[in-house]
Amino acid sequence: MNLSGLKMIRQNQYGLDKVISLFFWLVPLIVTSLFIWILGDIIRGGIGQLNWAFLTTAPLDTGRQGGIAPILVSTLLILGVCLAVSLPIGIGTAILLAEFTPNHNWFGRLVRRSLDVLAGVPSIVFGLFGNAFFAKTLGLGFSILSGGLTLACMVLPILIRATETGLSAVPQEYRLSSASLGISRTSTLWHLLLPAATPGLLVGLVLGIGRAIAETAALIFTSGYVDRMPTSLLDSGRSLSIHIFDLSMNVTGGDANAYGSALVLILILLLINAIASYLSGKYSKTLKV
Amino acid sequence: MTKSIHNNLDRHKIAEIQPLMQIHQLSLFYNQKPAFKDVTLSIPQNSITAIVGASGCGKSSFLICLNRLSDLIPGCTVSGHIQLGTLNILSPKANTTALRRRIGTIFQKPNPFPMSIKKNITFPLKEHGVKDSQQRHNIVEQVLKDVGLWSEVKDRLQDNALTLSGGQKQRLCIARTLALQPEILLMDEPCSALDPISSGIVEDLILRLRQKYNYTIIIVTHNLAQAKRIADYTALFWVDKGCGRLIEFAPAEQFFNAPNNELTKAYVNGIKG
Ligand SMILES: Nc1ncnc2c1ncn2[C@@H]1O[C@H](COP(=O)(O)OP(=O)(O)OP(=O)(O)O)[C@@H](O)[C@H]1O
Ligand SMILES: [Mg+2]
Repeated sequence: MNLSGLKMIRQNQYGLDKVISLFFWLVPLIVTSLFIWILGDIIRGGIGQLNWAFLTTAPLDTGRQGGIAPILVSTLLILGVCLAVSLPIGIGTAILLAEFTPNHNWFGRLVRRSLDVLAGVPSIVFGLFGNAFFAKTLGLGFSILSGGLTLACMVLPILIRATETGLSAVPQEYRLSSASLGISRTSTLWHLLLPAATPGLLVGLVLGIGRAIAETAALIFTSGYVDRMPTSLLDSGRSLSIHIFDLSMNVTGGDANAYGSALVLILILLLINAIASYLSGKYSKTLKV
Repeated sequence: MTKSIHNNLDRHKIAEIQPLMQIHQLSLFYNQKPAFKDVTLSIPQNSITAIVGASGCGKSSFLICLNRLSDLIPGCTVSGHIQLGTLNILSPKANTTALRRRIGTIFQKPNPFPMSIKKNITFPLKEHGVKDSQQRHNIVEQVLKDVGLWSEVKDRLQDNALTLSGGQKQRLCIARTLALQPEILLMDEPCSALDPISSGIVEDLILRLRQKYNYTIIIVTHNLAQAKRIADYTALFWVDKGCGRLIEFAPAEQFFNAPNNELTKAYVNGIKG
């Protein structure tokens, strides 16, 4: 091949490069603008509602008037129950899978496969299961406890997978050199592996919370509809997402407050996200010092 | 210069030297496939034994048997017998934590923990029950001086160890192993990931440590010149029919100047390997 032919190939490659890089710029741009559009819409609709009274008073007239105080409290309680149950079980299972179960072991494969299936199950199925098991069989009724436990089942696969990935990403050399210094497996896990896996765990936590807090279908059948202030975990409580669903679908004239509630929901999500990335940054720093 | 005198002195004493570790018919398998087979040799006390041989002949695998690090590798099984004093190393009843304290390991790739320089040394110490923080600090200072790192890092002990240079990292890893006062040091190509200057520093360090503390050192190296410079004894591993074998084990002088085996002769003359 002569020189000019070579040159042409080069130029073609430059052209192709440009098209491809344009494409790789375009995709995130579209995604970002979609997000901004939705966010803008919600802010436009909800900002007028958002004030201190909205956050601290009870809903009136099935939610058309008044605020969302009991709904906020119920949401946070459901989330609290969910995390209190799923975090220890999730981290424990992840440790078992990543550190104490060989990769090709039938038990590990079975658990991993089940988790993957579980992660893909539609939330309405979790709702029906929670209703049958927690509400009826265990007799917890329509309650914050039932709802929280159902959500825990939903976020467990996400938490376990994220923590397990975090642990597997820790270089094998750390385990070998730790063992070569006569450090026990428990100490290695506690002082070396878990701190190194924490950023991964936090990512899983944010994803899990995101899924839990946005959940409607699974909660309708378990934590219920009641918009009163809950007095115990066995009370029924309405979550923010159900409130939004109810206001926009069943209550004519509830749109303004639906927007307001959606804005609060998004702000909570952004807040949790910010806390997690702050912690993750801080944690990787403290580990290093 | 002093080094070679030192070496020669040792070589005259061979007859009186007690074997510290006796290895008998040792074989290692990865998923039933042998990495090396039927290795029998005795590691003499207070000496440097170099292990040489082409890549893949099972040198690293040999080392990880000696402190049971092989336990950590899935699918890895070891057969044979290793005796260290009264301790039967391969016995399932052997306490691996105590064993690994007695037999320290330095890896090819320097791998300090992602913690502060100081904590890299104090963390294992705490694990082994050194409770007094002043005592721990003294040990940190002592071992960092031993590896010649103290003057370089004494003002930045709280910095992350990952910010050190490659050679400094390797010396920190050596320091953290020394802090546990092992009897035996296993070194798997400790210099091969380092630049020539750092490599020279670490090599000098190995010699100094042996002289000062009478360590027994087993070092794997690809660098024949290095083996010649530092070893009292040398072992050659070679792959035969897909499986590593011990070809020759002899005092270094004999190994390099008058080997028994034709393969050794070819290897030290640079014809093979
Ligand atoms: N974890 C493992 N699983 C399976 N096979 C392995 C494993 N580690 C090593 N091997 C195999 O065992 C043989 C010996 O490997 P080993 O690492 O002991 O050789 P080596 O002499 O240290 O080589 P090098 O000089 O390249 O470090 C090789 O064939 C290697 O492919
Ligand atoms: Mg090797």
